[in-house]
Amino acid sequence: MSGAGLGKGDELLKVENVSLRFGGVKAITDVSFDIRKGEIRAIIGPNGAGKTSMLNCINGFYHPQEGAITYKGIKRGRMRPYVAASQGIARTFQNVALFKGMTTLDNIMVGRTLKMSSPFFWQLWRHGPAMREEVEHRRFVEEIIDFLEIEHIRKVPVGKLPYGLQKRVELGRALAMQPELLLLDEPMAGMNLEEKEDMCRFILDVSSQYGTTIALIEHDIGVVMDLSDRVVVLEYGRKIADGTPDVVKADQKVIDAYLGVGH
Amino acid sequence: MLYREAGQFKTTYEADMAVFPIRQDRIGLGLIILAAFLLPLFSSDFFIGTVMVPFLVFSLAAIGLNLLTGYTGLLSLGTGAFMGVGAYACYKLTIAFPEVNVLIWIVASGFFSAAVGVLFGLPSLRIKGFYLAVATLAAQFVLEWCVVRIPWLYNYSSSGSIDVPTRTLFDIAITGPQATPTTRYLVLLSIVVIFTWIASNIVRGRIGRMWMAIRDMDIAAELMGIRPLQTKLLAFAVSSFYCGVAGAVMMFLWYGGGEAKDAFNINLSFNILFMIIIGGLGALLGAFLGAGLLHLVPIFLKFGLPALGVPIGGETAEHWTHIIIGMLIIFFLIVEPHGLARLWSITKQKLRMWPFPY
Ligand SMILES: Nc1ncnc2c1ncn2[C@@H]1O[C@H](COP(=O)(O)OP(=O)(O)O)[C@@H](O)[C@H]1O
Ligand SMILES: [Mg+2]
Repeated sequence: MSGAGLGKGDELLKVENVSLRFGGVKAITDVSFDIRKGEIRAIIGPNGAGKTSMLNCINGFYHPQEGAITYKGIKRGRMRPYVAASQGIARTFQNVALFKGMTTLDNIMVGRTLKMSSPFFWQLWRHGPAMREEVEHRRFVEEIIDFLEIEHIRKVPVGKLPYGLQKRVELGRALAMQPELLLLDEPMAGMNLEEKEDMCRFILDVSSQYGTTIALIEHDIGVVMDLSDRVVVLEYGRKIADGTPDVVKADQKVIDAYLGVGH
Repeated sequence: MLYREAGQFKTTYEADMAVFPIRQDRIGLGLIILAAFLLPLFSSDFFIGTVMVPFLVFSLAAIGLNLLTGYTGLLSLGTGAFMGVGAYACYKLTIAFPEVNVLIWIVASGFFSAAVGVLFGLPSLRIKGFYLAVATLAAQFVLEWCVVRIPWLYNYSSSGSIDVPTRTLFDIAITGPQATPTTRYLVLLSIVVIFTWIASNIVRGRIGRMWMAIRDMDIAAELMGIRPLQTKLLAFAVSSFYCGVAGAVMMFLWYGGGEAKDAFNINLSFNILFMIIIGGLGALLGAFLGAGLLHLVPIFLKFGLPALGVPIGGETAEHWTHIIIGMLIIFFLIVEPHGLARLWSITKQKLRMWPFPY
């Protein structure tokens, strides 16, 4: 894959003049920004601002009518989400989208699917290459389980877990893909303070330990200011500000549109 | 105290990933398989031929459908047809190449139904649930049309039915009129044991996880790099393969031809579906429990009750069969969608803790 030689701070993903419509609804209008390798990039804005839609465009789930998305220096055509996954883009969802009938362990193992390749023939017998591969990836997944401190729920079907833990398992599943770009859609929504602090710690650790580039949607403005290197602010599908947390915090348009109300 | 896992620590991931990590389970399964192989020593030909052989055939087909419906979440009503394809493929193959062992053709016939299954699985990318079931129903009608209209399939026999030829293994007849129920049963049991083991290998590995991911949340699965169409078609292929083999053994080791022609109908499709609903969707054990229950209820009502001295006419028994099975289906659909298999695992969980409440 090209672009492997990207260094920290180089442009990993560039969104240029992207517009997305659903019939008459304009979800995103003419938005441009970039994500640099190794940074934590926050996307904030009121409900319905188009943040989730933006992530959906980035991982190939929605196809913007206008504009271009460049990933690792290559302009992307219309693509299916599994292609984005194979290029190293992983994500979590605003409303948890786990595999409910499967255990924590199996959910995270699914994240390893693209890294596994033992032939069908060996899968039938669960011996030889198939078993070696299974053990090797199990070991990797156990590291993630340790890292996220979810050892005790390893074999529990995720449908039975409380919401906060489900969010954590979902992060684990995305991490199992060893992504280059990790998209997190409101990873702390609906959590209590303690759970939020844990999640913040995990996100910072992922960034510093693995050097993963992270795009983060979050409502809690305090969290955003602490975690992120740079912030994009959307409102009604348009970009109204872009810069370091300090710059964005001082921006009058942002104060009016977002910081002033509610939070 | 019999059922405890205390003291059994797993020191490797291999041990933790075994089918039955608890020793008592492994011993129990070993005993069940042993008992199944020794069963002909203790029971009559009638029992083996009427109860056990059909039970195993249904179990194999139910495993096949469970891989598709229970594990991948794709509803199919083409089971009867896929079984029919296997049966006829096996018949034509062993007629054309009688010198090749029939066991090879039984397995090979699975590939023919796999191909047909993939063909009728193609719409699954676009449609789900009820609509997909209707699409697979097409397979049923196409097959029924074929077995009536294409005499080549039954070798132009005047009655339109087929006769399973005698084939041997180590000079012992395993198919055809000379094969004893015991021989047929033992051959069938070996096939079912091996195929169940393979199915359990598949569902516990990467492929099983891909299937379940598609079943539980197809969007998230796609974002993990799983290709929906390929994964669903693989499920159709493997599932139909199992159904095809089940059809072949149904014709060769159970019916021996004759009315087999009418056996691969829509009723069979529904029966197998009911078996996995009652037994448990997404559990291999469920295939056996469902097949056992659905096959045993009518036999018990028809032969068991009169033997116990309860007078019941054949027709009444049949009515009661429908009523009981209908009620079971409604019960499991509403109360316990994971069927008998889930009830069993809950019981086991309780046993493990017993007598402590936690
Ligand atoms: N699949 C869709 N179909 C129709 N409208 C959509 C769809 N997805 C998003 N929208 C619309 O796009 C706008 C932005 O939504 P979204 O991206 O979810 O906002 P946010 O995540 O910032 O809260 C909303 O008006 C929403 O109704
Ligand atoms: Mg959103």
